[in-house]
Amino acid sequence: MAAVATCGGDAGSAGSAVATASKSNVTSFQRRGPRVSGTNDSGPRLVSITGTRPSVRNGQLLVSTGLPALDQLLGGGLAVGTVLLIEEDKYNIYSSLLFKYFLAEGIVNGHTLLVASANEDPANILQELPAPLLDDNCKKEFDEDVYNHKTPESNIKMKIAWRYQLLPKMEQIGPVSSSRFGHYYDASKRIPQELIEASKWHGFFLPEKISSTLKVEPCSLTHGYIKLLQFIQNIICEEGFDGSNPQKKQKNILRIGIQNLGSPLWGDDICCTENGDSSHSLTKFLYVLRGLLRTSLSACIITMPTHLIQNKAFIAHVTNLSDVVVGLESFIGSERETNPLYKDYHGLIHIRQIPRLNNLFCDESDVKDLGFKLKRKLFTIECITKWSSYSLQSQKYFLSHHLQRKFSIKEPYFKELHTLKKIY
Amino acid sequence: MFLELNNLLNTTPERAEQGKLTLLCDAKTDGSFLVHHFLSFYLKANCKVCFVALIQSFSHYNIVGQKLGVNLTMARERGQLVFLEGLKSAVDVFFQAQEKPHPLQFLREANAGNLKPLFEFVREALKPVDSGEAGWTYPVLLVDDLSVLLSLGLGAVAVLDFIHYCRATVCWELKGNVVVLVHDSGDVEDEENDILLNGLSHQSHLILRAEGLATGFCRDVHGQLRILWRRPLQSTSQRDQSLTYQYKIQDRSVSFFAKGMSPAVL
Repeated sequence: MAAVATCGGDAGSAGSAVATASKSNVTSFQRRGPRVSGTNDSGPRLVSITGTRPSVRNGQLLVSTGLPALDQLLGGGLAVGTVLLIEEDKYNIYSSLLFKYFLAEGIVNGHTLLVASANEDPANILQELPAPLLDDNCKKEFDEDVYNHKTPESNIKMKIAWRYQLLPKMEQIGPVSSSRFGHYYDASKRIPQELIEASKWHGFFLPEKISSTLKVEPCSLTHGYIKLLQFIQNIICEEGFDGSNPQKKQKNILRIGIQNLGSPLWGDDICCTENGDSSHSLTKFLYVLRGLLRTSLSACIITMPTHLIQNKAFIAHVTNLSDVVVGLESFIGSERETNPLYKDYHGLIHIRQIPRLNNLFCDESDVKDLGFKLKRKLFTIECITKWSSYSLQSQKYFLSHHLQRKFSIKEPYFKELHTLKKIY
Repeated sequence: MFLELNNLLNTTPERAEQGKLTLLCDAKTDGSFLVHHFLSFYLKANCKVCFVALIQSFSHYNIVGQKLGVNLTMARERGQLVFLEGLKSAVDVFFQAQEKPHPLQFLREANAGNLKPLFEFVREALKPVDSGEAGWTYPVLLVDDLSVLLSLGLGAVAVLDFIHYCRATVCWELKGNVVVLVHDSGDVEDEENDILLNGLSHQSHLILRAEGLATGFCRDVHGQLRILWRRPLQSTSQRDQSLTYQYKIQDRSVSFFAKGMSPAVL
């Protein structure tokens, strides 16, 4: 990729450094040089890992979150070695959906999964993953969607509705192949059983892992968190995600998913009281977890019920200790459900923090009002601010027809305007 | 280091002041570019630097440092830079019981601990080597960032004690500098953080405060930097000098301009 090759002058030396990574040297933040071709034999061949791609900005290795729209907002994807924290919506409907998209993306790409939950058996969670939409099945549906959502070509200068041209394109919907970076999922269908069986996964179900011992020595962390950290570290060491086993044939990514972290089921009281006694248990857990992630080829998604946490300063601490923080706010049961401004959407999505990795600044998107909707089995994220005036929609038609007759303006231009009406 | 910031602060690596505590704080934005500035500044000034990096990994600082013209790997190899990587050390101290006290020992303790092991580490790292072959100018302690210590369960008083000990050793005894970063929680009520921030503000000689714009996100102006020079130990008959600039962060540098004078607007 030309973009990666021009990323830095010393990419060649960094590439060979990565290839000869010893245990102490492996961090996921070493810049991946461009793929070593046959003519350039400075070091052993770098095999790229499936389901990853280097970032255009800084060569950072990225994985998809399972939602191409979210990948675009995060600057291409989730960096390997970082934590994606999702602040749950009130009834945990859409956040668990994002959680499942992340895991389903891991299965489709052949990554190893580690699912941890305190309230649901990981095997059940895997059964409920959405089915991926692959090439042939839904090409027809995509064509229909493309027609409806078609935004005008950027080279057609708008004369009347010129403001629409300035709106950013949110995502490119197109035919999906299984080798693509991000995939689309059908939330109404279950993932085929053979895909689950072909994948490698580890489950951590809290009630199984801790027996109800009455004697628990006072530790700095809640018992459940300690067990989870030891479990994660065991998997990373045994399966060589930290580069400790260089003879392994193929490097792979470990996708860790932790559900409802901080809820009382984990033994943490941060959601119950204002100043929980063990209120630093969760932050210590996040810190050690990030330390584990930084030194291994893994990416983690955590959903946290922050709407239950009364101590707002604590949420600020958790945000500072995570890398990417995305907040979901669903309209169910709130007065926004009947607000005409939000009638097409199911909720708002707030990108609260994007990390600045290997760089002085990060790729923040200009658009800050983002809404999401679960439409036609697809989860889409769009910019909410619109410049249409609702009462004038019908007048647009009259105006266009009048102009067409009076000034003999060409036909295709108004076809574009016609499709615009459907979106906005 | 950012040359424009050097001009604003009226310093160069050759003639920087010694024995000073610099406080970096950020509110509603990320002030880590200031940390990268000071790290490269003091490495270029040929100082012995002890960097306690609690929030990011070594390679992150290394890659940004290369953009700013310093090579952290080489500095570490030749002994100019002592780097404590918080994330990696936390994993070590958490999973294996250590024989001798580890700088991040407080992670294993149930109650609020103290930072004595961390101070011992800093003192050990910055003590002048008697062989005298290296010839570094003066020692510098850089901490990124102190708010993480508060999140991990330490009290504000413990952190203030740590800074006090470091100042006594590094600034007064060894005639070096100390630079620390603290997040300002802003309108969120965080008592411990406020105590820490106020306590450090009264002790520091230079305060650099990066704030996000009050009107929100802007593509061309990333924030506002307030510079405050103080004289904490002398009676202030003169008022403290304060300047405000707006900045935009680019790939390898940061450009500063007066308020409202962004090139995008003019």
